[in-house]
This record gives sequence, structure tokens and C-alpha cells, in this order.
Amino acid sequence: MTGPGGHADPAYLLDSAGPAAPPRDNGELVFAAPWESRAFGLALALNDVGAIEWEAFRQALIREIGDWEAAHPSGEGWSYYECWLRALERTASAKGLVDPRALDERAALLAARPAGHDHADHDHPGHDHAGHDREGHRQHDHEHDMHNGNSRHP
Amino acid sequence: MTSAAEHIDPAVRAEALASLLIERGLVDQATMDNFIKTYEQSVGPMNGAKVVARAWTDPGYRERLLADGTAAIAELGFKGPQGEHIVVLENTPEVHNVVVCTLCSCYPWPVLGLPPSWYKDPSYRSRIVREPRTVLAEFGLELGDDVAIQVVDSSSEVRYMVLPMRPAGTEGSSEEELAALVTRDAMVGVAEAVAP
Repeated sequence: MTGPGGHADPAYLLDSAGPAAPPRDNGELVFAAPWESRAFGLALALNDVGAIEWEAFRQALIREIGDWEAAHPSGEGWSYYECWLRALERTASAKGLVDPRALDERAALLAARPAGHDHADHDHPGHDHAGHDREGHRQHDHEHDMHNGNSRHP
Repeated sequence: MTSAAEHIDPAVRAEALASLLIERGLVDQATMDNFIKTYEQSVGPMNGAKVVARAWTDPGYRERLLADGTAAIAELGFKGPQGEHIVVLENTPEVHNVVVCTLCSCYPWPVLGLPPSWYKDPSYRSRIVREPRTVLAEFGLELGDDVAIQVVDSSSEVRYMVLPMRPAGTEGSSEEELAALVTRDAMVGVAEAVAP
């Protein structure tokens, strides 16, 4: 079988002994960054309440992975959870749970937060995502809402 | 969505999606955190190791496990999402099984937890099918030419788990001692159980 992604120099073999080596025991961190765990928790929570169907999400994930592999034959820049997140965005949009435009606007708004804003979810592997910083985010979000004086809620 | 949002940091996009869904009351933070914590801390290969150790010590359980994986695994209390349709394949001196999900990342969560990153990697997913012996050797598993390698493709219809061979010299070991010899990699099929 010659599926996509059949590159000869897989990243996971480049460093067979160093920190990037494939784990040989059971001790690997489940999530590499807090946003990955957020994307994971969102999908399971939506499935749990029946807002999305898991098989529909899985099919969207298969499409995202296939599209990514077709566009990146070298395999460079692979992120499983980016595919997962895009699949979740599409599944949630298709079910009418979020308006894609509202999602874009919210993302742009959050991305435009002033420099120095402490992004709790930015690339802090191992960061404890369960605590205070999420509360802080929500407060900041509300401040943005008030400053802009309009509602982006669908 | 081929919008500019796709180029925004995924951390920001995940936050945006979560905030909109929370505002609509479709999900709440506590439920999300609970799922995350469960799969970070509670559900993992230690569950599968107990299943394997039971199968090694209880021939009746082994038979039930090979006949209906999901039901036998539930006997030990392990069930939940991605636990439907688990099929357990037994390694023998003649046949070594190794599991992949070529399309995405199907994996028996209740017994193994979430898959490791290499299992989801495009290179593992394609190469293990094309050149299993080479890939297994790269994992440190050198199999003799007399051992046939069977690569099985997990999906939502069938999620595979490997029952590794019981290591020699473990005749007097307790079930608990045996479970400590069973790694995640052995239950995916990229390793054998650890010799004591």
C-alpha cells in the first residue's frame, strides 16, 4: 500500500535516542500543549451531550488528515491535533453549533489581544490547564465584548 | 473554511471555538476538564496490562477475550468511548500481530488510553503497512524470518488490541507481577512483553 505520507525519512525516526525519540514506555504526555487538550475535551463533551455524532467527526478527521498528507508529502509540520481541531470546527459548523464567520471573528479578536496578554493556552507543554488562567481568559473575553459594544454571539 | 482563521494559531482557534460553544451552553468547562483529566490520568495502558495478565493466568478468560474482546474487557470494569468492537489478536510463535489505523487514529481507549504520537504519525501509518518488518526493527523488535507479521487496520468497526506472548520464566509470577511486564507497545504489537 502506498498511502500518502510515505516519506522515507519520518520525523519519528530521525532521533532514535534523544528526547524526540518515539516513547518506548508508557510515560508519554498525552497532550503536547494545553490547546490540544482543549480541542480534545471539546469534542468529547459535544459528543457526550449528543451535539455531534462521533462517526461524523471521525469522517471529518479522516478528510482533514488525508488533505494534509496530500498537501505535505514530506510530512513536515505535521500536527495531529490541528487536523483534529479543523475537523471539529467543520463538524460543529455543519451541525449549526457555531457560525463559521462568528468563529473567524472571535479567533481574530482573540489573536489581536495586545502583546503581553498572557495567553494561557500558548505552547506551555505540561502547563496546568485546569486552573486560574482559564478564569482569567473568560474575564478578558468579557472585557473585549464590552469594549467593542457589540455581540458576536450566534 | 478556507478563511484567514486557518492561519491563526490553533491555540487561539481552539479558545475561540470553546468560548462560543460555552456561551451557547452546549458545553461547560467542568465537563471538558473532566474528560481531559480522565484520559491524562486514569485511562491508560495499565488497564490493558491487567487484561493481558488475566488472560495469561486464566484460560477461560483468555477464551472469552479472544471470542468477544469488548465483553471480556468490560468484565474487568474497562469500558467507555472507543471501547466498542474491540478485537483481541493473540501473538504466537508463528504469527506476530501489529496494529495501525491507516486513515486516522482508531484505538481501543478503555484498555490503552489515547494513542501515542507515533501511532498517529503519517509515516507510521503508511510504512507499517508497506514494510512492517523494517519498521518493527526500528522499534527494536527483530523478528525471525519464520515469524509471519500480520498488520491489522483498526477502524470504528473494529479496534484491535494485541495479546502478547507470555514471557518465558514467568511460571511462578503473580497476575500483578505479570501485568508489570506488559507495555503499551506490546499491546499495539511494536514490541513484545518484557522478560522479567
